[in-house]
Amino acid sequence: MHGVVNWAVHFFMLDEGPLIWLSDFLIICASLGIVGVLTKFRLWKWLWDEWLTTVDHKKIGIMYMIAAILMLFRGGTDGLLMRAQLAWPNMHFLSADHYDQIFTTHGTIMILFMAMPAIIGFFNVAVPLQIGCRDVAFPYLNAISFWLFFFAAMLFNLSFVVGGSPDGGWTSYPPYVENQFDPGPGENYYLVALSISGIGTIATGINFLVTILRMRAPGMTFMRMPMFTWSVFVTSVIILFAFPVLTVALGLLLIDRDFGSHFFTVDGGGAPMQYVNLFWFWGHPEVYIVILPIFGLMSEVISTFSHKRIFGYSAMVVSMVAIAILSFVTWVHHFFTMGAGPGVNSFFGVSTMAIAIPTGVKVFNWIFTMHKGRLEFKSAMLWSLGVIPNFLIGGLTGVMLAVPPADYQYHNSYFLIAHFHYTLIGGTVFGVFSGLYYWWPKMFGVLLNEKLGRWHFWTFMIGFNICFFPQFFLGFMGMTRRMYTYPAGYGWGVVNLISTIGAFLMGVGFIIFVYNVLWSARYGERDTTGDPWDGRTLEWATTSPAPHYNFAIIPTVKGRDAWWLMKQSGEPINGPKDVPFRPIHMPNNSGRPFIMSVFFFLMGAGFVFQWWILAIIGFVGVLICMAQRSFEYDDSHYIPVEEIEKTEAAAGRL
Amino acid sequence: MSNASTAVHGDHHPVDPNVPLEYHEEENSLRIIGFWLFLGQDMILFSSLFATYIVMHGRVAGGPTSQQLFDVTGFTIETIALLFSSFTCGLATYEMRRGHRNAVIGWILVTLALGLVFLGFEVSEFIHDVGLGATLQRSGFLSAFYILVGTHGSHVTVGVLWVMLLIFQLLRRGITPVTARKVFLWSIYWHFLDAVWIFIFTVVYLTGKVI
Ligand code: HEM
Ligand SMILES: [Cu+2]
Repeated sequence: MHGVVNWAVHFFMLDEGPLIWLSDFLIICASLGIVGVLTKFRLWKWLWDEWLTTVDHKKIGIMYMIAAILMLFRGGTDGLLMRAQLAWPNMHFLSADHYDQIFTTHGTIMILFMAMPAIIGFFNVAVPLQIGCRDVAFPYLNAISFWLFFFAAMLFNLSFVVGGSPDGGWTSYPPYVENQFDPGPGENYYLVALSISGIGTIATGINFLVTILRMRAPGMTFMRMPMFTWSVFVTSVIILFAFPVLTVALGLLLIDRDFGSHFFTVDGGGAPMQYVNLFWFWGHPEVYIVILPIFGLMSEVISTFSHKRIFGYSAMVVSMVAIAILSFVTWVHHFFTMGAGPGVNSFFGVSTMAIAIPTGVKVFNWIFTMHKGRLEFKSAMLWSLGVIPNFLIGGLTGVMLAVPPADYQYHNSYFLIAHFHYTLIGGTVFGVFSGLYYWWPKMFGVLLNEKLGRWHFWTFMIGFNICFFPQFFLGFMGMTRRMYTYPAGYGWGVVNLISTIGAFLMGVGFIIFVYNVLWSARYGERDTTGDPWDGRTLEWATTSPAPHYNFAIIPTVKGRDAWWLMKQSGEPINGPKDVPFRPIHMPNNSGRPFIMSVFFFLMGAGFVFQWWILAIIGFVGVLICMAQRSFEYDDSHYIPVEEIEKTEAAAGRL
Repeated sequence: MSNASTAVHGDHHPVDPNVPLEYHEEENSLRIIGFWLFLGQDMILFSSLFATYIVMHGRVAGGPTSQQLFDVTGFTIETIALLFSSFTCGLATYEMRRGHRNAVIGWILVTLALGLVFLGFEVSEFIHDVGLGATLQRSGFLSAFYILVGTHGSHVTVGVLWVMLLIFQLLRRGITPVTARKVFLWSIYWHFLDAVWIFIFTVVYLTGKVI
């Protein structure tokens, strides 16, 4: 009995002090709150029918976005905890162990469970509408992708209160993370959760490639596709080439840890560098996976709010393809200092700098798009414009880091931290906010408040610069990354304090955003037209939110900026009056993606704790779900014409 | 709804009646491209494993080397069985195009049997090696060997289980565009595994026997 209690106390980390108790308390309160509300308002059935079983890309997109915002909160809290600790020399409110866990979960969550779902959320929200089709090519698979991501994120977050978080950094380099030096479930959580969500991401890549290749509306040739759709296409190709490599890196490391093999160990003939190469062969393309879609949506936003077509469309496309190709030949710049030699380092230094060229092309095209345009500084536009100078700082310091001899000076210092936060926040997060303000009406039928949006933008943007700009200098002053505290006397104290103040200002910006969401849900302006920004692409042709079937009649595309052209020529969206509606073929909802992902979760937990029975149960469950699907022949239905007429009439579109 | 069977939730593209049966519904042809892309990512996965194997090949940590371990007869039989199964799998597709359900099932069964022969030899090779102390845990080389060859083997196992499900569906429904598509997808999967095996045969076994 005593043994069991001891085990449980350790397992649930009750011996780890107040931080864990508080988290336990908050998690229990939040869970009880959710269960309570769902039960009180009898929402369980609604939740299951409308959300958990949905295969509708629009709803899946919304779920991705909600998850991403929650994860931004979790990762942001981690960031603020770290900044609090670093605000002044010799602070010890986080122990070294806790600090390590927190920077690891912060980095991992921000990239894999915040940035990725945010951009994949936008894929779902916008692409099928932009190319004028009724859903993605494989809606059922799309639901699987989402639930795999969701349960992987749950598993990863669980680590904080059950068994301990990973602490090997978001890169999880061996040999440190091998069992010998880092026993316990922590790193297994990282490996398993990333593998599971990686499967979902690969499926998303395939799904959107086929969707864009095969489901474009008639007349939409490749060179008439909206820029965002182009960026999704290119990104999906990168996903397809990069993610399997990550799967292998993580899988092999997990086999090392769970089954004692010697891929990356120091003894037994292991080769830790092989992991580092595999990891970054995925890792560098990954940073383009989270920025290219942002470039795409910025092109949409800037052209919409300049009321001009995008400048240099083909140059934009070519530069994206060039970035995609180059992104696969730069991975060594993450470890110049690991001794590959001057020849190799020079090659990768030059290839990295070369990426600045197509990126520069894009920046100039955005600027020329605005030139002589009728500019409208809505919040979405502010965020997109904010990307330009901030991402520029990130990019230019990136070129500095790409100079191998110089990199020996600031490698893994705060200079690097500042650099990648300028690209990831100044690029991806700003872009995500831009996309949220832009597509919010399409997602929810409500506009976010512009005034709050401006407050949100300015506080966050200024806070961000106060937080991260000084860190370039901290790097030059010798402060290295992943340092849990530092002694007085180096002159770092005041600079760090400024940085921390900036971080909290960003927190304020985030709170304004959340307030904006809540305020707008209640008082926000409804979007009755479906086209609040005088948009150019087809997602603005349908209602906000779009009906289940997206378009009653699939539009015929006559050129770039299809909806703009239709508005110019006064063409109605539902075609000439005499063309009758036809029944629309749609996929059925299914609970299986959800259930299958639960089994994945169980299997994952089995691998985390080496509970093989649980792993086998999960695995068999997954197989059974797949076999059942193989025997499912009747998985779609028709929406009858009367229902379409009713919906279109209600939207005033008959 | 006369054209109900050709509709897809995207858009209606006219279907050319001259293409093979498995392409006859647009939904099916989408899945076929999707599956090709899936095989593309699988190829990257195997490439990463191959790269790792090549790096690890010499890292034997004082344990058995590939030259000492590999058994020529064993891997030759495996190779012949799998290559031949690709041929019989092709015959199954051929009969499917001609609409002979029972012949399709017959050739699938032959393919299945050859697949099982392959797996049997692979498993017995592994058991034999482990008996000699050449375990996954012994050295970096052996870790990479077992995981590369084992990943291929587990793919073959999935192929075997999958096609068993398809046999039931063929028996129940005959050759329709949907069952034809399923058999076709399985067949390209099977050929793909054959292609991967050719690389394992040369890079792992043949090369490993020489150096
Ligand atoms: C709320 C704003 C944020 C703050 C205050 C913040 C702060 C920090 C801090 C203090 C560190 C640890 C530095 C160290 O000790 O080495 C860090 C690391 C990191 N951050 Fe952030 N960050 C923020 C947002 C983001 C975002 C949005 C992303 C990605 C999209 C991101 C990605 C990372 C990564 C990858 C690491 C490296 C983790 C590691 O060393 O393994 N951060 N951040
Ligand atoms: Cu990189």
